[in-house]
Amino acid sequence: MSTATQRTRPGRTTAEPGAVRPRRSTLVVTTAAGLALVVAVLAGIWVGAVPLAPGRVVLTLADRALGPFGVDVPGRLEGTQAAVLLQLRLPRVVLAVLVGAALAVSGAAYQGVFRNPLADPYLLGAAAGAGLGATLTIAHSPVQTLGPVGIVPLAAFAGALFGVFCALALGSVAGGAHSPTLLLAGIAVAAFLAAAQNLVQQQNTDDLRQIYGWMIGQLGSSQWSDVVLVLPYLGVACAVLLCCGRALDVLAVGDDEAGSLGVHPGRLRLLVILAASLATASAVAVSGLIGFVGLVVPHIVRRLAGGSYTRVLPLSLLVGGAFLVLADLIARVILAPAELPIGVVTAFVGAPFFALLIWAGARRR
Amino acid sequence: MSGSLPRAARSTSRAPRRSAVALPALLTALLLTLTACGDSTEDDGDGAASSSEAADFPVTLTADNGEVTIEEQPAAIISMSPTATETLFAIGAGDQVEAVDDNSNYPAEAPITDLSAFTPNAEAIVAYEPDLVVLSDDQNGIVDALGSLDVPVLLLESAEDLDDAYAQMELLGEATGHADEAADVVADVRDRIEAAVDSVPADAAGQKVFHELGPELYSADSSTFIGSIYSLLGLENIADGAPDASGGYPQLSAEYVVEQAPDLIVLADTKCCDQSAATVAQRPAFDAVPAVVDGRVVEADDDVASRWGPRIADFAETVAEVLQG
Repeated sequence: MSTATQRTRPGRTTAEPGAVRPRRSTLVVTTAAGLALVVAVLAGIWVGAVPLAPGRVVLTLADRALGPFGVDVPGRLEGTQAAVLLQLRLPRVVLAVLVGAALAVSGAAYQGVFRNPLADPYLLGAAAGAGLGATLTIAHSPVQTLGPVGIVPLAAFAGALFGVFCALALGSVAGGAHSPTLLLAGIAVAAFLAAAQNLVQQQNTDDLRQIYGWMIGQLGSSQWSDVVLVLPYLGVACAVLLCCGRALDVLAVGDDEAGSLGVHPGRLRLLVILAASLATASAVAVSGLIGFVGLVVPHIVRRLAGGSYTRVLPLSLLVGGAFLVLADLIARVILAPAELPIGVVTAFVGAPFFALLIWAGARRR
Repeated sequence: MSGSLPRAARSTSRAPRRSAVALPALLTALLLTLTACGDSTEDDGDGAASSSEAADFPVTLTADNGEVTIEEQPAAIISMSPTATETLFAIGAGDQVEAVDDNSNYPAEAPITDLSAFTPNAEAIVAYEPDLVVLSDDQNGIVDALGSLDVPVLLLESAEDLDDAYAQMELLGEATGHADEAADVVADVRDRIEAAVDSVPADAAGQKVFHELGPELYSADSSTFIGSIYSLLGLENIADGAPDASGGYPQLSAEYVVEQAPDLIVLADTKCCDQSAATVAQRPAFDAVPAVVDGRVVEADDDVASRWGPRIADFAETVAEVLQG
């Protein structure tokens, strides 16, 4: 865990309280981010391994949208091409939006709650727990599905929540919900679970490719059922997080000050961590471990719109969705008709950005 | 004894995320040669026959690790390659095999151990006091490590085509004193594959095949060993549409597979991932694929399809049979 040592450092708060840089009006920035998401989604729908005529794609979508009203749009796609669009490409794009939005907004929330710019949604053991759950089921589960749901997503979901639960439990035993203690507890839990995952993986080399594919993140086998599966959790979690923007701004001044301003830091931290972890666990369940989105997107948003969490959270949602759709687009197209794991693409974009962030931060000091 | 040895060579650099971003295609290709799972009960090896002639030794052979001299007929062979294990038993050298790695699950009488070919440990191997070690991959510098301990090592990397595979079978025959049986096995495999190719009806030529290595739609193009079998059978491999950069084992887009409308789907992920004709039919948009509609989804044995031993003839016959029907 190369980032572990960096995380323990009491990071400089880029999350300076709200009113620091209201350079552009909220409306303008939100509209721009919304447009970016729409453009990304359109690009994601239009471009893929199978070329589809853009006009007929629009007509097909219009036909689907208007179908319930008895309107029949002519010139739509038929047969295999329609199946490719409606059953393969569309759910994938939608899932990319959901996963990207969930990871980005969770990352922003974690950064706020820990007052640490290096925090990401996997900080408290969610990734390691999900990885262990997925690895165990890939290697040892006798069944592939439990009812209509795949066993690996279920195990990943449970593992992610288990990891966070362990970190919270250890943190509270070790000294309450005080942020540095919790952070250290998270690192300890993550390291332990990751080691356990590695052990299981090494004992089951015949499953390595599958495990590896899961660990690096993938959207290739997205289905509508995945979307239906995660949407409720993501909806609730994101709604809770979006309501916490103001409180996170207050928390940014410090626990004591926040307390005197009527925000209970311990309770807020717990609520935000639980909501963000739920969103992360849902995302991880359907897509594996996609790195860097949760870390990078909130920082992009801060550069554009300032540090107030009333802006960072909703904008991260939009930009995160757009970012992941575009990353997935690159993953699908660059070697088409072969695919690149999406985790490679996000890290390829994310890692240099991360380096730049550190460099720029050091220069400013 | 060996079971309690620590797997000291275990890689510690495999952090589960972020560091795992490099060269997925390369790793995939590597894993594919190591991937083999499940178990088999069928058995056509005969360990009884023996044409061993001590006069054939010492013998000097050229393997993928260069020239190797074997002084005497080996009596304690360790096979760290599932393919080599199958071959050794098929050519009647089974009695000389002391231990095989944890993926060598065929034939049933192979002395399977928990030796790992993926994280090989020279100490654990040497503990068996082998007089010959056969490997398919030089993981963690194992060839040099064994060489420095004066253990003869044959590195037989994954074959690129049938001729390669035949050459490896013959080489193992010479290395173990079973050259004649090896020649017989090669002739038999050769005949059966030729018969399978001849049995394919003319109108099946040019049909499209999709070879599936995992439900994530990893495939194998014509440059791979298994791909060369499809070429022999006159099939068009849809994985060839992927750029060379994807390394022979591309992960194909689901939409591409559907659009290519393969006439034949061969599942080499029935054991690892519980895939079947039924699970394929349930995938989104696959219900229109001709192979699914016409019931031409072959549920192959993962192990047979990922190795390059004598059982490749079984595989060719299975595929040819479906093409006839």
